[in-house]
Amino acid sequence: MKDVDVLMVGVGGQGVILASDAMSEIGMNSGYDVKKTDSLGMAQRGGSVVSHVRWGKHVFSPMVKRGEADFLIGFEQLEAARWAQYLKPGGVVIVADVVVIPISIIGSKVTYPSWKDIEGILNQYTDKIYLIPAPRIAQEVGNPRAINMVILGFLSEFLELEQGAWTENIRRKLPAKFLESSLRAFSRGVEEAKAMRLAKGVVK
Amino acid sequence: MKQLLSGNEAMALGAYHAGVVAAAAYPGTPSTEILENLARFDGIYVEWSTNEKVALEVAMGAAYGGVRALASMKHVGLNVAADPFFAASTTGIMGGLVVISCDDPGEHSSQGEQDNRHLAKFAKVPMLEPTDSQEAYDLMDWAFKISEEFDTPVLFRSTTRISHCKTVVDVTRGRKADLKPPAFIRSPAKYVMVPSNARPRRNAMEDRIVKLRTYVESFPMNEMILQDRKLGIVTSGVAYQHAREVFKNASFLKLVTTYPLPVNLIRQFATKVERIVVVEELDPYLEEELRCLGIPVIGKEFIPIIGEFTPEIVEQGAIKVGLLPAPSKPSHKLATPAPQLPMRRPQLCAGCPHVGTEYVLRKLCFKDSKVPGPIKEDEIIVTSDIGCYTLGVYPPLGALDTCACMGASIGQAIGLEKAKVPNKVVAVLGDSTFMHSGITGLVDAVYNQANITVIILDNGTTAMTGHQGHPGTGVSAKGEKATMVKLEKLVEGLGVKDVHELNAFDLKAIESTLKHCLNTKEPSVIISRAPCPLSVRATATPYKVNADDCTSCNNCLDLGCPAISISDDKAVIDASTCQGCSICAQVCPQEAIVKAG
Repeated sequence: MKDVDVLMVGVGGQGVILASDAMSEIGMNSGYDVKKTDSLGMAQRGGSVVSHVRWGKHVFSPMVKRGEADFLIGFEQLEAARWAQYLKPGGVVIVADVVVIPISIIGSKVTYPSWKDIEGILNQYTDKIYLIPAPRIAQEVGNPRAINMVILGFLSEFLELEQGAWTENIRRKLPAKFLESSLRAFSRGVEEAKAMRLAKGVVK
Repeated sequence: MKQLLSGNEAMALGAYHAGVVAAAAYPGTPSTEILENLARFDGIYVEWSTNEKVALEVAMGAAYGGVRALASMKHVGLNVAADPFFAASTTGIMGGLVVISCDDPGEHSSQGEQDNRHLAKFAKVPMLEPTDSQEAYDLMDWAFKISEEFDTPVLFRSTTRISHCKTVVDVTRGRKADLKPPAFIRSPAKYVMVPSNARPRRNAMEDRIVKLRTYVESFPMNEMILQDRKLGIVTSGVAYQHAREVFKNASFLKLVTTYPLPVNLIRQFATKVERIVVVEELDPYLEEELRCLGIPVIGKEFIPIIGEFTPEIVEQGAIKVGLLPAPSKPSHKLATPAPQLPMRRPQLCAGCPHVGTEYVLRKLCFKDSKVPGPIKEDEIIVTSDIGCYTLGVYPPLGALDTCACMGASIGQAIGLEKAKVPNKVVAVLGDSTFMHSGITGLVDAVYNQANITVIILDNGTTAMTGHQGHPGTGVSAKGEKATMVKLEKLVEGLGVKDVHELNAFDLKAIESTLKHCLNTKEPSVIISRAPCPLSVRATATPYKVNADDCTSCNNCLDLGCPAISISDDKAVIDASTCQGCSICAQVCPQEAIVKAG
């Protein structure tokens, strides 16, 4: 099994921790050694959130080294750009089409970078950039908060594990009320990845 | 059974399986989840104590009663609990007593950085440090055994990256079955520390350390890993993991008993490798001990004394002094340097009840003066302490002058007033920190007739650490109903005559009451009260901006509310974020902000 280093980044309240927890448990249940660690500043809401997830035969440091992440998963565009330097050359970036304006720039002259700017930053590290309409998909399955499930589904398409390993964990983790829509969000994420990779000419 | 556990979860499970009967804590990042996890188990007593000193005294009492007990806290919490910590070292215990200190290198969520390993040596208490969750779980069993065998409290030291990192744990035990029943044995010579009793106990403490020095030499979890003998790395805690990651082939001595140290084991390791390097976060604690043994080492020459380690920090330091070869090529060819991206500062939430009070403080106390800079005579000093409201130091609120430690705002205000600084002084603190260590400060203000105004920002919870109970909440650590200590009655009982309770969303009332209090000649207390929107979901109607009435004065932006932004020069309110607190409507001079729907 191939070692996998993932950095999941976003804003407090977006479900980054739930997604990185799920990914870690899935790795462990599939036979990997796993370490995962989060950095969340002081804010309950609205601050930057970073989760390091490492799957390997034997993982020592819980933190992904800069320049060595196989995957950078941005739950928010600006955060994806902020952590771009963690990507290994040619690594995969998956970014949800979500913009959360930092309160510090509201009413100031600083502007939020355009997707073109952000793509330009990411492009210095890799050309494997996927901007996915996760909020729209989550809306369509009737669970606007399931953006993290769309992202997990999308990511799963890039990894070796069976689909069942992911959905089984989601089944155990989520309350019945959100389960059905979350699973739909996950499989829509899988389909989206298949379609986008096909369009890019990537063969799994 | 394999489980993915954080260090804090593993410590809690390890303590539960080791048969802990009583556990006490005051919440503090990164230690909070230890007690939260212990509270989920049946058959043990857990409490949120009023502060860390009380928590340790509660655990100490339980241990005197013959059962296994635990107190957990963040690094600065052990400063508060230092008195009983040293005292417990002097008296020893009956049941095992484990004190967990979670240090916060890099100050992720702390007012300062400190290396609590020094406190083990200082208090002559044995110390254990895990390097991952598996060790946190396994080591906890040893901690209680050592405590009982050597009649001493044990310091169990973690750091943020141990406490808040999830690793795979093979859970091999269940809860210890043969728990000793609680029983107190009268022994004044051991427990009553009058000088004539304390002196013989000093001898017992030194004898204990001598025995522990022998004991740790064969402690099974200290580990020597012999690979390439050119470089030998002595390390502990999470630094071990980073070092293994970076120095792939070197030899290692991983130490989990970091006070007292296994001196002979270290000497033995030194004879097996050509060169010794110490990799440790924060102070050169191990490094100095090795130097005292006459072992030539390098440590802080190449690795920072400040901040949290990452694998890169260890790697870059090693490359700098030639311990590792420089990379042949940089990992990335950067066309242009990354542009400056806007930061996300921590912020108060939409609907936060602290915002209104801090907005008024800004307006009345800071006026338009330049900060930093000398204060004008008609301005007012605002001392503060630690809680979500400390975020009010950031713009746009910028409403605070101090934050040192919990409860300190009241004492500082008294000192400023007694020093005859020409300005009036307002002290701000939270409901939880008032219970923690504000009460004694307020009694001092009453006794010494300090003309200060104290504002207790009462959001009915310990919010910043994730909504734990405290005496004012009427809810126990297990989530059960508890006796509620009423703030206003407590304050009146302390002797304060001028006491006001206000709705934290009523700006006019806050302003007029504060003006009144500033003009009295006695200590006064304002309790500014409304629930934290993250613990009590708001049901109020959100607000909206009538764009036609908005004159783009940007007054509403001075609140720093995450629900308010600007679009086409006009303020807009995000209905899904807005909690309907109404403060923005109160500060809008055009009355352009109204209830939506």
